[in-house]
Amino acid sequence: MKARVHVMLKNGVLDPQGEAVRHALGALGFDKVEGVRQGKVIDLDLAEGATEADVTAMCEKLLANTVIESYSIEMA
Amino acid sequence: MKAAVVVFPGSNCDRDLAVAFEQAGFDVSMVWHKDSALPEGVDIVGVPGGFSYGDYLRCGAIAAQSPICKAVIEHADRGGYAIGVCNGFQILTETGVLPGALLRNAGLKYICRTVDLKVATSDSVFTQGYNAGDVIGVPIAHHDGNYFADAETVKALQDQDRVAFTYEDNPNGSVADIAGILSENRRVLGMMPHPERAADEGHGGTDGTAMFRALAGMVTAA
Repeated sequence: MKARVHVMLKNGVLDPQGEAVRHALGALGFDKVEGVRQGKVIDLDLAEGATEADVTAMCEKLLANTVIESYSIEMA
Repeated sequence: MKAAVVVFPGSNCDRDLAVAFEQAGFDVSMVWHKDSALPEGVDIVGVPGGFSYGDYLRCGAIAAQSPICKAVIEHADRGGYAIGVCNGFQILTETGVLPGALLRNAGLKYICRTVDLKVATSDSVFTQGYNAGDVIGVPIAHHDGNYFADAETVKALQDQDRVAFTYEDNPNGSVADIAGILSENRRVLGMMPHPERAADEGHGGTDGTAMFRALAGMVTAA
């Protein structure tokens, strides 16, 4: 059983790395990029019986800092 | 007077912090991250700078879950005194002992130099050795020192006089130029600049000494 967690900086939190990527894309001539937000993808291999609620608890406790980050979970 | 300095794998300012406490007259014990209790009768806990657990996931995130951090949180909850410097500040925000979070520097670069800090309040054991408005020179050395908190939290910090230090020339994008903050009971200080690196003639500056001197005799075990 697998889960994929996406962690992104919340809207309104400055993402300097995303900004740097946006500038670099602009410098390469990709002039249609209006914004870049950079985040993390965390893949979890889970034992049978693990639930989305377990993964939510992991996100709340460790995987995301909810002061600055939001997360989403895909169970597969 | 007893101080404990926490040592994580990757801490690199632990001994500097211990020396600063010792020079102010504290007996210092070093506490390993796997320990689950602080030594008996500790008056103040120092959470040092460095790169605990390689800064994996987020700065301070793994350290915040370590056994010793549970003891540090309990110490703070009991009304104990603590200071977190640099990575120690990041750890204290990750544990929730202090509000907010430290983001990547706005300029994306690691910055290592002495900066001018304004003492924003003298109303704490940490800052009582200064006058509010004093400007002191203290080194910073960080990649993720960009203090962030939502507008409501920042307003509360300001209204409650809990901003301890501000940058005179904001080096990292911190909201409201915040360099250090106090807990609600004013007994926990977190700051990105390193007062322990400005506490000896050999450091090239001694503006941090007043903080450690002021702590001596003022902090009591909880």
